Amino acid sequence: MKRRRAPLDPRWGYLAPVIVALVVLAGWQAACVAWDVPAWLVPSPLVVAQTMLADRALLFASLGVTLSIALTALAVAVVLGVAIALLFVQSRWIETALTPYVVLLQVTPIVAIAPLIIIWVKDTRTALVLCAVVVAIFPIVSDTTLGLRSVDPRLLDLFRMNRATRWQVLTRLRIPSALPYFFGGLRIASGLALIGAVVAEFVAGTGGQGAGLAYQILMAGIQLNIPRLFAALVLITLAGVAFYSVTLLLSHLALGHWHESELGAR
Amino acid sequence: MEPHRGPPREGPPLSRARHDAAGEAPAVSVEHATKTWPNGTQALAAVDLTVRRGEFLTLLGPSGCGKSTLLHLIAGLIEPSSGSLAWWGKGFEATGEPGRRLAMVFQAPTLMPWARVDANVRLPLSLAHGDTADADRAVADALSLVGLADCARHWPRELSGGMQMRASIARALVTHPDLLLMDEPFGALDEFTRQRLDAELVSLWMARALTIVFVTHSIHEAVFLSTRVAVMGPRPGRLIDEIAIDEPHPRDESFRLSTRFAATAQRLSAAIARACGGEPAAHDAPVRASAS
Repeated sequence: MKRRRAPLDPRWGYLAPVIVALVVLAGWQAACVAWDVPAWLVPSPLVVAQTMLADRALLFASLGVTLSIALTALAVAVVLGVAIALLFVQSRWIETALTPYVVLLQVTPIVAIAPLIIIWVKDTRTALVLCAVVVAIFPIVSDTTLGLRSVDPRLLDLFRMNRATRWQVLTRLRIPSALPYFFGGLRIASGLALIGAVVAEFVAGTGGQGAGLAYQILMAGIQLNIPRLFAALVLITLAGVAFYSVTLLLSHLALGHWHESELGAR
Repeated sequence: MEPHRGPPREGPPLSRARHDAAGEAPAVSVEHATKTWPNGTQALAAVDLTVRRGEFLTLLGPSGCGKSTLLHLIAGLIEPSSGSLAWWGKGFEATGEPGRRLAMVFQAPTLMPWARVDANVRLPLSLAHGDTADADRAVADALSLVGLADCARHWPRELSGGMQMRASIARALVTHPDLLLMDEPFGALDEFTRQRLDAELVSLWMARALTIVFVTHSIHEAVFLSTRVAVMGPRPGRLIDEIAIDEPHPRDESFRLSTRFAATAQRLSAAIARACGGEPAAHDAPVRASAS
């Protein structure tokens, strides 16, 4: 007789990926040592760690720049995206008229628009934020709009029977119903904001004081400083994971007590 | 053995239609109301129906016979394509005042999952910006009326299906409605829970002097609950027959087993079968009930 698999101990949720990482890193290190791979081709994890420590002032300053651009872009995308979604649900006419342009923004590759934005917007930082917003806003708009519309029709009837105002329907029914969808969109948008920021930096190629991690990767590539390239790459990746984790946490805080998506995770 | 006509109780059997003697306007009067959806489907052919004050009227019929559409018309949620409705002799605008309040219980419990049980029950009051202390009392009263006093701070998901339905009924009762509309409220529940809630609903109806319009496709439920059954037929939805169920309330399990119960059920079943142009379905004729 088949037995149901025992549920996984929750601690494994954190431990299992860490174990995988340790195994991969150990294998990588061993391979580099065994075959004597030069650091300018594939640096060993230890060399990357040493480089990160040695170049910490440069790398972390750049990380700060990239993070600040991505976070600003994410904040703008959330505010603007939710505002657009709220506008969309006010009338089908507005949604029908404007949706093609939101889609247009989404399907145009950011590397194609970024040079234009950088030419048109004088302030480089603003231009970079704008690029990242363009990338990150779509999932917020589309998911939040879907959520605001996905209201239980019987609850809507109940509100109507009790003569609820449009405002009451929005704040007490539509917005709570939309929250799970919004957090789904936010989870995707957080990663996209970081990608948007990095891609825009690549295109802009701005150096000097306000140089972000993309510029460090670009320069390290040109200078064949591969360990530094790897170190910068690791930092970007970790930042992306951190973004994702924070949105998961926010989603859990907001929905943990009622929504199925969070209840199942317990 | 003589058919058991319910245990003797103090006072005369509660004939809910007695309010009509005063010559007051009925709770709802539907006059030649039709409903055609924008896609051309005729959901309801001209319906004439009077809901008398204090009665327990059941709309009975197979799926797609316009029961829910008629109930939504009575709830004021949709407007008739032609014909008219009046609530206590007046237009829909006049509902909501004391003595003219409507409330509805839906097919599913329809609770807001993000709000605790007491907040769900309070919703109609908080939408109306009522006094907080009064609302607290009304919510507590409504919850204890349906036996959920201990579950006020629970989340809806923590309740069983039957308890969720009770919470939904408490939410409908919290405004002290005069007319309670129920759209197949117990259809998704198991037979045991459904029978228990049916009995509790009758007690509530008696205690609160409610007028109830109840939609169901269960013949047995209709016979057990109602003072009057309006039988509806499909394509297009229309009223076919009205059958008064002249049995004293409250009705108990012995009524379910009586020959009168079986006879009434068979009458309803035959009326529906005529409406659908077929023979009465076998399961609609409860043979077991003739045993008592």
